[in-house]
Amino acid sequence: MRKTFIDTLTQLARQDTQIMLLTGDLGFSVFEDFAKEFPGRFINCGVMEQSMLSIAAGLALEGKKPYVYSIIPFATMRPFEQIRNDICYQNLNVKIVGVGAGFAYGAFGSTHYAIEDISILRPLPNITVISPADSIQTRELTLQSYKKPGPCYLRLLKPEVVLMPAKVKTILGKPSVIRNGNDGAIITTGACLQTGLAVADTMKESKKHLTVISLHTLSQINEPALVKAIKGQKHIFTIEEHRTIGGLGSLIAEQLLKHRLGGKLTTLGIDDSYQKITGHQQYLAERHGLGKATIYKKILKELKK
Amino acid sequence: MKKSNYQEISREIRRSILLQHFLSKESHVGSALSCADILTVLYFGFLKVTPKKPQAPGRDRFILSKGHAVAALYAILAEKGFFPKKMLETFCQNDSLLPGHSTKGFTPGVEVSTGGLGHGLPMGIGMALAAKQDNKKFKVVVLMSDGECNEGTTWESALFAAHHQLDNLTVIIDYNGQQGLGESEKIMKNKPFLQKWKAFGWKATQINGHNYHQIEKALTSMGIKRPRVIIAKTKKGKGISFMEKDPLTWHYKNPNQEQYHSALKELL
Repeated sequence: MRKTFIDTLTQLARQDTQIMLLTGDLGFSVFEDFAKEFPGRFINCGVMEQSMLSIAAGLALEGKKPYVYSIIPFATMRPFEQIRNDICYQNLNVKIVGVGAGFAYGAFGSTHYAIEDISILRPLPNITVISPADSIQTRELTLQSYKKPGPCYLRLLKPEVVLMPAKVKTILGKPSVIRNGNDGAIITTGACLQTGLAVADTMKESKKHLTVISLHTLSQINEPALVKAIKGQKHIFTIEEHRTIGGLGSLIAEQLLKHRLGGKLTTLGIDDSYQKITGHQQYLAERHGLGKATIYKKILKELKK
Repeated sequence: MKKSNYQEISREIRRSILLQHFLSKESHVGSALSCADILTVLYFGFLKVTPKKPQAPGRDRFILSKGHAVAALYAILAEKGFFPKKMLETFCQNDSLLPGHSTKGFTPGVEVSTGGLGHGLPMGIGMALAAKQDNKKFKVVVLMSDGECNEGTTWESALFAAHHQLDNLTVIIDYNGQQGLGESEKIMKNKPFLQKWKAFGWKATQINGHNYHQIEKALTSMGIKRPRVIIAKTKKGKGISFMEKDPLTWHYKNPNQEQYHSALKELL
């Protein structure tokens, strides 16, 4: 995703001289070409994320279009008040790009976890929170959010993965419905789409047919489109590599109640035991109940109730 | 501008500050009074801004980073004609365009929202950086408090602005020696303050922040390939004797009827 993002941004920057890229001294081997092609428009701000976000706000006040990059906790949590006061309350065209969604930097330890970022950013005004599932969504949503002036947060992973079928459109603010089924709906955000698709595939063996939705936009959502996608489902399952509190699970719970959709909601995400284990992304995800086999069992159990 | 004119304007600014705090019963009157002379010289002797076109692209940008002193900014903006002086009576009232900390989009002439300390300088840096990139000649001036120099972002920004040689950036520190719970120096040692800024690569000068000539002179001398800081020694509550004597109280308290009238008498 990260390479797709920088390639897409490079294309945009060729047409739009106002685009700038700011980094908090991260992005080794990724930004060199951008820096070379657009001297003066790439700024390594050093390790000062709070000031970097305010500087981006100042640039945006003067008509610049800054993209600010760091690892997710440093891009969103350290400078939270700057994001709130300077960027969101002033409704400025600053795009925050965080890398390392979920447990991506898991082996580095809990300081690098990115599992509460959606919860803290979602309530802020004006900001569009975007959590792409794969490289296709990353490209599409980078382009579409560029065209939507205002604050934006892009939650990325490093690997390049393709999960989206060619026939399914990616539209900012709208859920992408990958497949349809009447026995329930799986809603995923980010790369959890892979798990969602795999689980739905296996579920066919048990004669259960599930809708699979990728909800890549987690704020400023087109609610009628979301309602349409899940209306009538008796079972809804959310899968996210993130805390369910405030994340996708909460978001869907809010929507189900608000629009009186009924159905039983099962939120699959990270509980509060996460500080106590060391491991790589997949291992940590599995240990927190996000492995495919575990999710399959949980969903099947619900469907049989 | 003549000293007598500055004196006259700043007296009127102080009257407007007192009026706002008297009517609103909100805090921070002492902080507003301490920067009244600095704002007077800035707006009547330095900044290129015009109420006819508050958003003119070439205007100088002023950021009140010590947003709690906003009554002083409103007073000077009203004096310049950005909005009718009558509006000052609405300070902090329901539906007012004059909230208790500077807020973008509310008040003509207010550039950015401040209130969380340590935000104004890095935002000003972003603006100064944009001006450099686009070869625009406007200047950016940020007014900060000495308490604000406890903030990490102040020193992050000090590094950044010097590294990027932002000689279109001016920081003025309203050094009234008082912060939230008492004397700044006792709460968090700042000294040697001037040397700190110099060591960070800034052109740094110290002046009397109530001496119009010194403020004017300091403003005319820009840094070359480096940002500049003017450390303006001031008195919290300046101009009102009973506030000057008890600066901490007047960070929070607002004048009652009797105090308001006695303060106004000192400004005749």
